[in-house]
Amino acid sequence: MTRVFISGDMNSVAIGADEIAEAFTAAGCDVVRTGSRGLFSIEPLVEVEDGGRRIGYGPVEVDDVKAILAGTSPKRLGEIDALPFFKGQQRFTFARVGITDPLNLDDYAAHDGWKGLDKARAMVPADVCAEVKASGLRGRGGAGFPTGIKWQTVHDAAGPEKFIVCNADEGDSGTFADRMLMEGDPYCLIEGMAIAAHAVGATYGYIYIRSEYPFAIRVLQEAIRRSAGIVAPFALEVRVGAGAYVCGEETALLDSIEGKRGQVRAKPPLPAHVGLFGKPTVINNVLSLAAVPFILCKGAQAYADVGFGRSRGTMPIQLAGNIKHGGLCEIGFGVTLGELVNEIGGGTDSGRPVRAVQVGGPLGAYFPPSMFDMPFDYETFAQNGGLIGHAGITVFDDSVDMAQMARFAMEFCAVESCGKCTPCRIGSTRGVETMDRLIAARDGRAHTQTIEHDSKAVTFSGDPATELVRQTTILRDLCDTMKFGSLCALGGFTPYPVLSALDFFPEDFGGEAPALADAAE
Amino acid sequence: MADGSTYDRDAALAVIAAHAGMRGALLPLLHAVQETIGFVPDAIVPDIAEALNVSRADVHGVITFYHDYRRRPAGRHVVKICRAEACQARGGVAIAAAAAERLGVTMGETRDDGQVTLEAVYCLGLCATGPAALVDGVPIARVDAAKIARIAMQVAA
Repeated sequence: MTRVFISGDMNSVAIGADEIAEAFTAAGCDVVRTGSRGLFSIEPLVEVEDGGRRIGYGPVEVDDVKAILAGTSPKRLGEIDALPFFKGQQRFTFARVGITDPLNLDDYAAHDGWKGLDKARAMVPADVCAEVKASGLRGRGGAGFPTGIKWQTVHDAAGPEKFIVCNADEGDSGTFADRMLMEGDPYCLIEGMAIAAHAVGATYGYIYIRSEYPFAIRVLQEAIRRSAGIVAPFALEVRVGAGAYVCGEETALLDSIEGKRGQVRAKPPLPAHVGLFGKPTVINNVLSLAAVPFILCKGAQAYADVGFGRSRGTMPIQLAGNIKHGGLCEIGFGVTLGELVNEIGGGTDSGRPVRAVQVGGPLGAYFPPSMFDMPFDYETFAQNGGLIGHAGITVFDDSVDMAQMARFAMEFCAVESCGKCTPCRIGSTRGVETMDRLIAARDGRAHTQTIEHDSKAVTFSGDPATELVRQTTILRDLCDTMKFGSLCALGGFTPYPVLSALDFFPEDFGGEAPALADAAE
Repeated sequence: MADGSTYDRDAALAVIAAHAGMRGALLPLLHAVQETIGFVPDAIVPDIAEALNVSRADVHGVITFYHDYRRRPAGRHVVKICRAEACQARGGVAIAAAAAERLGVTMGETRDDGQVTLEAVYCLGLCATGPAALVDGVPIARVDAAKIARIAMQVAA
């Protein structure tokens, strides 16, 4: 019987992979559902086993089945690893995703699974922390804090009960690496958590997954059940979020697991000392924990050998939005933004010029093509008024109105604010109102606005030019307050997209366009 | 019922009892109540508070904090459309507006005939193939006019 491999990833299913899988089953094939290889312009992708090789075809429609099985389909792509999108990648964390059957334990073991855990368990806990430190791994959720130091802190904290919490509340638009890893290689995450548990002396773990990821929830629940005997005495469970973006903030997430409103805690104390249920807690992003099995299995040096400056190892970068070859590209730090967007990603899907990219989700800065020579690295992005965050890159073509995007950043913050601190809760609402006035002034319109607190309608009918200057000043002042006065990154980083839009795309805010050298790209 | 809806109270109470012993039980408990009876009625709040030994205000606070919990039943079909940046970059704003018009309901509302609820969602993680939607839990990507028409047919049933 011919074996064919078809992704069961939520994104592949959303573009028809289930229908294709049914058609191949009906044609008498043995269909193996895998995770996604990560390139969605060739999905639904079908790989047909042929003498030990896997020959890819895509994007496949139901009508193509016969020709594919006959070997005559024009949609033949050949071996997937040889495609330009995959050739330059360094798949450390995503080595198995798209290749193996996610829930098959034999498959996992046959592809280096559990080797990292075996090695870790043969070491004393402090040495495991040291190994992770030596790898240079930094928190992949966005903050970039050294993972090994966090583990060491929990290792050193006294207490009979400690927890491992996995932050799988991947709410940033333009990011989907956590989702793909959880759906495509759940045991990798479980193994990483079990290694962390051994390193710090924890016995229980939680994976907090957002409710918008029903596939990942299902896969992980089943994977936990099947691997329970292997990771014991460590035990873990999935907790499902309830649609609050702010729960991606680590302390809000801990409160949410405890059964409370997901409100941010003031730090200190750090979760490493006083975390879940008041106990010392390691809280790491999916990608941080999933990087650990490789580090233990192949050695810290193998991981640290790749990278750029103080950003060591690989980053699973997500190419999203208006991009021709969107998907997941795991590659060493140091690759430039331009290489990612134009070479690997192939530019926009619409075929129009790239105008802006937002890096790092709704709290990340918008950059113009004139800054595409920036290497992907925590420090470089911070120096340029941005952040790499969870490494999502959302591409926009020249039809984008950057003032509207700045308004959306404020609106999103207003919808998702936990309400605990004033700069974020009130500032975001005032930010939307300010943007509305600014956009009206830019367009030369009079603007009537109902101000929430006294329900009075106020008309801003002054001279648009004067109004524009006034509202821009207010916006900058407001961003300053939010940036320095907010308790967490939601209010504190919302100014990044707003101010970068204003600074790099002033022409959308009624200002002068930057020098032509920039616009020529 | 005070909130204008009926629900299976015994089923809800059974779910509450089944979850009360969990550590940090409230969110999983509310998810289970909603999955069982479709929403979290205000009238059930005192029972939850008692089972977990917390105040009614605490329970109310959690229900109203999280976008997922419904205090009223949803329509027979639930359509969620992504409003986040990556979908906006692929024409998501126009698609969301078109969906609202075609389905005859504004974003965040349930149609008068109770047939469909239309909601915004901020990212489904399908960001390279937007605009994205979730129709009764089934993901749909690259949503266009033709797919909206299909969704409208589906929710008419």
